[in-house]
Amino acid sequence: MSGAGNREAVFPTRQSLGLMKSKLKGAQTGHDLLKRKNVSEVIYHDPILPGISSYEITEITRRIDEAKRKMGRVMQIAAFSLAEVTYAVGGDIGYQVQESAKSARFRVRTKQENVSGVFLPAFESYTTDGNNDFGLTGLGKGGQQVQRCRETYARAVETLVELASLQTAFVILDEVIKVVNRRVNAIISEHVIIPRTENTIKYINSELDELDREEFFRLKKVQNKKQRDTAAQDAEMRLKRDAAEKAEAASGSTSSDKENELGTGDILGESEDADVIF
Amino acid sequence: MAAPASAYKDRQFLAVIGDEDSVTGLLLAGIGHVTQPPDSQKNFLVVDSKTDNAAIEEAFNRFTTERKDIGILLINQHIAERIRHRVDTYTAAFPALLEIPSKDHPYDPEKDSVLRRVRRLFGE
Repeated sequence: MSGAGNREAVFPTRQSLGLMKSKLKGAQTGHDLLKRKNVSEVIYHDPILPGISSYEITEITRRIDEAKRKMGRVMQIAAFSLAEVTYAVGGDIGYQVQESAKSARFRVRTKQENVSGVFLPAFESYTTDGNNDFGLTGLGKGGQQVQRCRETYARAVETLVELASLQTAFVILDEVIKVVNRRVNAIISEHVIIPRTENTIKYINSELDELDREEFFRLKKVQNKKQRDTAAQDAEMRLKRDAAEKAEAASGSTSSDKENELGTGDILGESEDADVIF
Repeated sequence: MAAPASAYKDRQFLAVIGDEDSVTGLLLAGIGHVTQPPDSQKNFLVVDSKTDNAAIEEAFNRFTTERKDIGILLINQHIAERIRHRVDTYTAAFPALLEIPSKDHPYDPEKDSVLRRVRRLFGE
């Protein structure tokens, strides 16, 4: 029997055959779609399919979580130091600072890190030299606080940059996982679902054929038997008819007289009982 | 999946959408940048109670989609809350979007769009 090894547990009926056929069709269509997307997205862009373990994901998310908490603390400290500046300078420096911003001193550089086959971007902060915007802020008073505040905020921003790297890595990994999942789905449907469905269809077909043959054989048997029966009946009837004809032809009275005499004789004989003497 | 180099190589600035204190502090750290005239664009936006959501959203779109030189966008969480639908649907890798706490609004991890994605990934 074909496909006995790997097939679905179904009863071999025409209904399940129809079901299986539509399932196979669906699987093939889905597989084609998955494959088409995959070829363009994964295989050509990224020949080394990453073996990202769930461990790495957990590690990254744990670090994101940690970094976000750290950010909360750092930003709080920074906000406090800004409050110190406001107090020392004796007024709001916001406007002044905003107006004097011209060229970024603090910048980021993006580079890629290879994490088990996936290129993850990482931000790296750097400061450009000789670019000191807020030279006059806090000139009158509170210059020291301003300086300290700048340092605090610079450190805070460094933390933020670190966090941004992690987060971007997560976003990209998330994408990669989706693609990998698709690929896995495609492979599964190619190597598991489609062959199994095909096997099931083969099995159902062979079983149905077998049933057909059995049915045909049975019908033949029935027919044979019927023919035999009719033949036997005919023969019997013929025999009977022949016998009847024969009997009619030789309709002698002797046989019936003999029977009668025997009958009466018997009856007479019965009456010949011993006399009963009183 | 390697992102093409063009997607990030020019991204060297940080941008910020925040309340006055946050912006001032970050500018003090030296992230402020104004592009060359005539279209001198700032990379920061100060939001107060009078700023309407459309302006925030417009700045958000400018920093995330129009400008190609922004590597990281910082946004105060309480402001992100005002354009939450926009923040939650933002999924691109560049620029990285970071929700930061402000002085008056402590950081709430439950609202963070990325942390929520993390949780969803783990099916929590």
